[in-house]
Amino acid sequence: MKSLAELQAIRDRMRGQIDLRDSGDDRIRVVVGMATCGIAAGARPVLNALLEEVNKRNLQNVTVSQTGCIGVCRLEPIVEVYVPGQEKVTYVKMTPDKVASIVSEHLVNGRVVEEYTIGAAE
Amino acid sequence: MSFIRSHILVCTGTGCSSSNSVKIIEEFEKQLVAQGMDKEAKVVRTGCFGLCALGPIVTIYPEGACYTHVTVEDVEEIVSEHIVKGRIVKRLLNKAVGEEGPVTSLTETRFYKHQQRIALRNCGVINPESIDEYIAVDGYAALGRILSEQIPPQQVIDTIKASGLRGRGGAGFSTGLKWQFTHDAVSPDGVKFVCCNADEGDPGAFMDRSVLEGDPHTIIEAMTIAGYAVGAHQGYIYVRAEYPIAVKRLETAIGQAKEYGLLGKNIFESGFDFDLELRLGAGAFVCGEETALMRSIEGHRGEPKTRPPFPAVKGLFDRPTLLNNVETYANITWILNHGAEAFAAIGTEKSKGTKVFALGGKITNTGLVEVPMGTTLRTVVEDIGGGVPGGKKFKAAQTGGPSGGCIPASLIDTPIDYESLASIGSMMGSGGLIVMDEDNCMVDIAKFYLEFIVDESCGKCAPCRIGTKRLLGLLTKITEGNGEPEDLDTIEELCNHIKQSALCGLGQTAPNPVLSTLKHFREEYEAHIYEKRCPAGVCKALIQYVVDPTKCKGCTRCAQGCPTGAISGAVRAPHIINQSKCIKCGACMDHCRFDAISKQ
Repeated sequence: MKSLAELQAIRDRMRGQIDLRDSGDDRIRVVVGMATCGIAAGARPVLNALLEEVNKRNLQNVTVSQTGCIGVCRLEPIVEVYVPGQEKVTYVKMTPDKVASIVSEHLVNGRVVEEYTIGAAE
Repeated sequence: MSFIRSHILVCTGTGCSSSNSVKIIEEFEKQLVAQGMDKEAKVVRTGCFGLCALGPIVTIYPEGACYTHVTVEDVEEIVSEHIVKGRIVKRLLNKAVGEEGPVTSLTETRFYKHQQRIALRNCGVINPESIDEYIAVDGYAALGRILSEQIPPQQVIDTIKASGLRGRGGAGFSTGLKWQFTHDAVSPDGVKFVCCNADEGDPGAFMDRSVLEGDPHTIIEAMTIAGYAVGAHQGYIYVRAEYPIAVKRLETAIGQAKEYGLLGKNIFESGFDFDLELRLGAGAFVCGEETALMRSIEGHRGEPKTRPPFPAVKGLFDRPTLLNNVETYANITWILNHGAEAFAAIGTEKSKGTKVFALGGKITNTGLVEVPMGTTLRTVVEDIGGGVPGGKKFKAAQTGGPSGGCIPASLIDTPIDYESLASIGSMMGSGGLIVMDEDNCMVDIAKFYLEFIVDESCGKCAPCRIGTKRLLGLLTKITEGNGEPEDLDTIEELCNHIKQSALCGLGQTAPNPVLSTLKHFREEYEAHIYEKRCPAGVCKALIQYVVDPTKCKGCTRCAQGCPTGAISGAVRAPHIINQSKCIKCGACMDHCRFDAISKQ
């Protein structure tokens, strides 16, 4: 170890992995519906795309996890985004192609992608 | 590119390892591959979470779900439900006593709510075998800052002094002062040493082991800082060979630190060199005493020396030596990263910070807890520990191991700090906290600790070698029903002589368990002596098993179960126990289905 900068580099690289274990309230949670209906409708590729995108952008305050059936199976795959202090946003009929814009617009810049939300679909 | 979205933390402390957590990890790795999840979830081996009674413990993030009593068979379900489908397996959630329904996260339990973790901050959170994970939680940041900014050693010592940290090994001497003395001491050839006392020997204590197993790098970092502060370039960790997991992780950690250049020559290009070596102890209790420990490191028989000179002036290889306990070192980097004021804000006026206790004995949540100094014994036993199981009554708590004493139920609201414990005849000790209920005989407890001391006395000085043996003889006499009224005075006199004249801490504190039980439970001693009765029904010579003829149905089960053939009687007629043959093992009582046998 030669310098503080070197130590800092290791810390920054590892922080992203450890942060997952911080159950603090200031993290954005992205939840993918992965019940039978969701999986059948193609939730798995959506989840994979999400993970890849979040990782690529090194978003350390984002947690991606799954949940069961939300109840509107006809609109699956469903992805819900919980930003602390805001009302949750539900995206429906998700595809891997839609993931990039949700990550860049919503997760990074805080702008909800209205056209993919449940409100727009109904 | 794969992205790990879920971490499966499995405890690999000694407690959980012995209940099969290693097999559970293998099964997790197998199941993750089988169910195609190995690119998304990873298994992390961690140190002790603290709730050893509920082990093996598995915590899954980001949900923070804490599964308890996990078996190898449960793993498939956890992977397919939790990892694949995102559904928490409610059946396996922590159902600690006193909780309303299952609790998902460990931090929400009553066990954790009253705790404040400083020494144990990384235990159960990071992988102890990964230096990178330690660095991620600000590891080696304090060392890096001190060395690259060339902060003067005196400033480091002043910070430790200002924090009010006191030795966690038991005696409670100011850590900052100890550093100062070693710093100020002049070595003939400039050589000084830094040592870590990891020779945890108190029956029932396992805090130091858990820190070493769960967070070995914090000890390495703290010792390196200590070396810089006092002017030493070589450190030794004296750890007992009975802690194989701790030894292995320390070796791994030292290897990683050397590889990263955090140990060795010219650390952080500051010109400061520091190296660490392990020394394994063979498990002699006296080697936890500082002068004996150093004798042992030197390769001699572990026997104490007279003090002064204190180790800070003339210690290991006759050079000034700094010796601190594992838990003391575990606080150092926290203090340097958060500031002395933050540490001094926790605890009481004279006892700052937190203390780790190993909860054991008659308690629901056996495990490891860390509470701010000044927390009452009641909070630790009832709220965190979940009280005495089986509806039994809390009788006493023993702190400080063979050097400490018993705190009776009437003093349960005593705040736990160095002064309060000393004032009621106990001591902080290293942190074993053994809870006793109404089934424990206090004379027997005192005898147990004394037996331990007699075994472990090194034999160098007469008061300890002969005195404790005589003391044990007197106690044995009482528990066998041969006690005489004047024995109690003899015991007290002998105890005081040993306290005043023994060479080292082991002997000087050896009478404490006897004196404190005699002080708080004198009536129990008197019952043994005057009434030839053991109120708790423990001392075998003073109890007898009897058959109640009105309840006995003559089923012969007790007679069949008796190992010495002491029970006789015809079928369907009340049985009789021959007291001269009875060895008081209690087997008949366990065999009886009609509750007809009782202890008197």
